[in-house]
Amino acid sequence: MTTQTPVLQLEGIVKTFPGVRALDGVSLAILPGEVHALMGENGAGKSTLMKVLGGIHQPDEGRIIVGKEPVAMSGPLDAKAKGIVFIHQELSLAEELSVAENIYLGELPEKRFGLVDWNELYARTNRILEKLKVGFDARTRVGDLSIANQQMVEIARALTVDAKAVIFDEPTASLTDAEKVVLFDVIADLQSHGVGIIYISHRMEEIFRITDRISVLRDGEYRGTLVTAETDEEEVTQLMIGRSLDLSRNAVHHELGEVALEVRNLSCHGLFEDVSFAVRSGEVLGFYGLVGAGRTEIAETLFGLREPSAGTIHLNGEKVRIHSPADAIARGISLVPEDRKAQGLVLGMNCRDNMTLPQVDDLKAGPFVAEGSEIAIFDQYRDKLDIRTPGWKQAVGNLSGGNQQKIVIGKWLAMRPSVLIVDEPTRGIDVGSKSEIHNLIRDLAAHGYAVIVISSEMPEVLHVSDRIVAMYSGRVMQTFTSEEVTEDSLIQAISGLTPGQAHQTDTTQLSEGKDIQ
Amino acid sequence: MATLTKKDIGGFLARQGILLAFALFMIGFTLANGRFLDPDNVMGVIRSSAILGVMALGVTFVVISGNLDLSVGSMMSFSTIVVLDLHDKLGPALAIPAMFAMTLALGAFIGFLVGYLRLNSLIVTLGMLSAIHGLTLTWSGGKNMDIADKAGTWFDVFGRGEVLGIPVPILMFLLLAVTLGTALAKTPFGRKIYAVGGNGTAATFSGIPRARVVFSCYLVSAFCVATAGLLQASRSMGSQNTVGQGLELEVLAAVILGGASLMGGSGTIFKTVIGVLILGFIQNGLLLVGLPFYVQYVVTWVIIILAVWLDIAAKRGRLWSPIA
Repeated sequence: MTTQTPVLQLEGIVKTFPGVRALDGVSLAILPGEVHALMGENGAGKSTLMKVLGGIHQPDEGRIIVGKEPVAMSGPLDAKAKGIVFIHQELSLAEELSVAENIYLGELPEKRFGLVDWNELYARTNRILEKLKVGFDARTRVGDLSIANQQMVEIARALTVDAKAVIFDEPTASLTDAEKVVLFDVIADLQSHGVGIIYISHRMEEIFRITDRISVLRDGEYRGTLVTAETDEEEVTQLMIGRSLDLSRNAVHHELGEVALEVRNLSCHGLFEDVSFAVRSGEVLGFYGLVGAGRTEIAETLFGLREPSAGTIHLNGEKVRIHSPADAIARGISLVPEDRKAQGLVLGMNCRDNMTLPQVDDLKAGPFVAEGSEIAIFDQYRDKLDIRTPGWKQAVGNLSGGNQQKIVIGKWLAMRPSVLIVDEPTRGIDVGSKSEIHNLIRDLAAHGYAVIVISSEMPEVLHVSDRIVAMYSGRVMQTFTSEEVTEDSLIQAISGLTPGQAHQTDTTQLSEGKDIQ
Repeated sequence: MATLTKKDIGGFLARQGILLAFALFMIGFTLANGRFLDPDNVMGVIRSSAILGVMALGVTFVVISGNLDLSVGSMMSFSTIVVLDLHDKLGPALAIPAMFAMTLALGAFIGFLVGYLRLNSLIVTLGMLSAIHGLTLTWSGGKNMDIADKAGTWFDVFGRGEVLGIPVPILMFLLLAVTLGTALAKTPFGRKIYAVGGNGTAATFSGIPRARVVFSCYLVSAFCVATAGLLQASRSMGSQNTVGQGLELEVLAAVILGGASLMGGSGTIFKTVIGVLILGFIQNGLLLVGLPFYVQYVVTWVIIILAVWLDIAAKRGRLWSPIA
């Protein structure tokens, strides 16, 4: 195998964004006819690498070699012309157009006077569809197809060019078991024609079923390539999350109080189903799962931003209904949202005003805002959270990511909540601030707060949580205590592999689209 | 900071360009016509800017909340016609509150569409500009509206009266400016307007009822328009249906000139007052140097473009930044 010329090579790719080294010398070689898995945690650099490959980002250093030619990719169309084709997780089809039009969009066959040669178009399309053994016709409107069949259209589009390498990005995220089998057949067929496949997925079961080799990224660095037949899930997991993990495991224990928040059989149509959990004051409950597993949506429901379709919420033993964020705030729930710039802060506003925003109605001296009390609150949380800013007049947009996040946390601590929900507490902030925020979360629990932490970073949930809820496709798969949890069991649970749980067939119904077939 | 680079100068021009341009205009006008800085002329400019100014105060609220109000000119015509018509039918004491109620109802309707139904404010208020014009013409039957007995009423006190030698329109403008300026800068309501305009999503995530805040801003705007209509009607004691036509653009020019960003979240009442005065003096200066009045329509456009350009340039820190 090693004597073959790779169809595609990435050599020493470096890509930096302001403040972040997203890719740090990543190399990858895809051989003809192999299925090559690309794995890594959220934020490890997989998508950035694929954007570099697709010409959406230009690498700062390193080169891309297709066949034996070093190339520069100017964009996705250029990549496609060079035989590199992407099948995206997010489908990019025009729903109102036919299958044939979608497949040949931008290169429709023409006859005289620039008119579309429909006969030729449908004939060509049907030849490709036959190869894929799909059950629909070239004339079908794409919007009438199921998600799985729409994906087949994307794949058909890839087959119109002489593809050298095809990249699948989480292709099975919304497929049923039966549909997966068809997809895997198509992949095997591509493979037999000497096409190289990059297969991006978090799902271990699939990785071990269809791939030949596995390359792992962590924190933007290439961590190694394993031959699938010679490795196991544990080794892959270790490569993905690194070794330093056990050292940072939370070991502090203290008395837990009463149940502060309990959720029973909560559902929200299409987003999560039948979710139950409880969190005590003094406890940190972690929520771990893939992006899209329904964790953020649960938080938003608790905070009154979404209406649940079923189930109940109990605060301090009392059943409550929460219709708006104002309701949630009045009942002592605070949410530090996942995207601080879009949801957490008014960037053009100063630090003090941002911090007191949720309580500005309560801080009054006569009809006016009591600015003295505001400054006192700001000073208190600036000291407590060690926020580095020249002063409260500074616009929040001028602060570093870590300090911005502390402003958001301070803003919600200042509400003295009984339940604090923190969604992705350390996304996009530097390592130093990260550990400060982790310590702060532990400290809050020690002071009797009930804290829910949602995170896509395994070391983080493991470090801060007393218990961890593992979610997959809108369902709670398993709840672990910090003593019993292992990285392996957690990864399995969020990949839908937990033994004894009925998952694949019924969870897929959550996201399955309409299908006229 | 010892040496000025080209970039520093560009940045300075971007930040202070409006005031510099204004200063140049003032010097030019004064040299061209000695009467320009005459106290009578200055008072006249302020007085004639008062009606526009009152409307600009309300629109400042709407713009800070991240929306537009292009209906104010048309709505001012409506208020003027309605209060003149009702004056002869109900008497001034009833006509004024009735006109305020109707104008506020129009504002509430716009606020409902933009705030609660989340329709685009540009489309809604552009549509209302036309619809309210139709409403005004329906009310008046297309005829000019005049107060029959001009000598036998106290109604002219708002437009023509003076207190301590200061014209009432100027007093009303100042009173409203101070009140609304304080409300915007010092109350929780004002703070929420900045939050909603600065980042509506973050405001929602902070428990701020975004729809209600936007709705309230249109009420404030309608209240200011009703006041402007009252001043206009009282000054002229009679009016055409199109008295406020085109004012929406001048009002917007004044607000932007003052430095409120059309993206929302920034601006102050004080700055808007400055913007109103700049616009007033420039228009007056153009007349004094002998240019026909219709030149001011073109100049208003130039001012809007200049102000928007400098606003963007100040944010980017340079004047010239074409799309790559």
